[in-house]
Amino acid sequence: MDRIPILRMGQFLLVTIQVDLYDRLALDLEADIVKMVNKTGARGVLIDISAVSIVDSFMGRIIGNIGVMSKLLDAETVVVGMQPAVAITLVELGLPLKGVYTALNVDKGMDLLRSIIQDDVDTADTDDDDDNIAE
Amino acid sequence: MAIDITKVLKKNQSALLEKWMTNQLADAGLRDDLMSNEDLRVESEELVNSLVSAISYSNLDNAESGDFDQVLEILGGISISRARQGFSPKETGLFVMSLKDALLNLLQQEVKDAKELYTLSNRVGRLIDHFSIATFETFIKGREEVILRQTDEITEISTPVIRVWDGILALPIIGTLDSARTQVVMESLLTEIVETGSSIAILDISGVPTVDSLVAQHLLKTVSATRLMGADCIISGIRPEIAQTIVHLGIDLSQIITKASLASALLYAFRSLKLEVRKVNDGNRFAVKN
Repeated sequence: MDRIPILRMGQFLLVTIQVDLYDRLALDLEADIVKMVNKTGARGVLIDISAVSIVDSFMGRIIGNIGVMSKLLDAETVVVGMQPAVAITLVELGLPLKGVYTALNVDKGMDLLRSIIQDDVDTADTDDDDDNIAE
Repeated sequence: MAIDITKVLKKNQSALLEKWMTNQLADAGLRDDLMSNEDLRVESEELVNSLVSAISYSNLDNAESGDFDQVLEILGGISISRARQGFSPKETGLFVMSLKDALLNLLQQEVKDAKELYTLSNRVGRLIDHFSIATFETFIKGREEVILRQTDEITEISTPVIRVWDGILALPIIGTLDSARTQVVMESLLTEIVETGSSIAILDISGVPTVDSLVAQHLLKTVSATRLMGADCIISGIRPEIAQTIVHLGIDLSQIITKASLASALLYAFRSLKLEVRKVNDGNRFAVKN
């Protein structure tokens, strides 16, 4: 059975979807990502969908769900490389993917993730220190 | 005894053409500015030839018969080319109508029996009427094609995507925004974002005469789609009247970055890309610094 690889890149997880997602695959991906985030303690998930040309409401919802679930586990989700046609379809379907960050390409997505996490660290500096002491 | 119409027509084919040509040339409304007499003659001759070879006693009442396919094809070609050349419907109609006159004239000369002439004229008249209708139909179709093509061209031309700076696109929208145009606007903007890798798109609506809730919805859709692509969208050129209508209609644009002018949108874009525009002291040039 197909499985979409989830690569670990430092603090982030990199998921490149190279095939058109069917429902079963999308559900598996959702579960895999959440498990991976939990296991690795990743701070960000970068999903590259530049090769996805067909999208339906189900897949749109799955991507939205991944964003929300990762957020619960303290990881931000950035979707990159969306095709214009896919963007139009999602908007027409009324799925603006709230709660998910977007970027043009993997490069910009990585920069975005870094800056989000940097901001987090800046604002929550004192919290981190407390944690360290507790450990 | 029935008259063999095929024979009559074949015998008088050249006379028929001459008569028809005289009829057409005698018409005061002849557009010799659009078409030369020679061209007209070639067209007419082709039509007469195919009509005479197609017509027979048995299919005279049946204009749908396959025998007339070629006639209809020639007529269609003529009327479409006339629609493109800018002939009026009346002129195109008269082209076929004058053939009827010529045909009836010919029958009058050839058929001596009054009753026979009456029925034959009726039938020929009906057949040509059918051809006239077919001509009109293709004529209108041709005109519609011209209009459609022009509409497409206008939509293409009126929504240019401009690269105002490295990473900044501007899209001035001129004219009313309907669903079809929004689609074109959205598609060309998104494609351009991918091609240029721009991260900011400025949608300038100073050329949009009215913004109603539907237009606002279209704008919101475009902004959401741009966001999904990973770029920011700024709406600029909101005139005071438009601001008023938006508020009166209760449309919520608070989630969108809006600016009054393209200049302020550009300034915002420069700032968010961390670009700085400043006047260089020596000389009057502008420079952009990182």
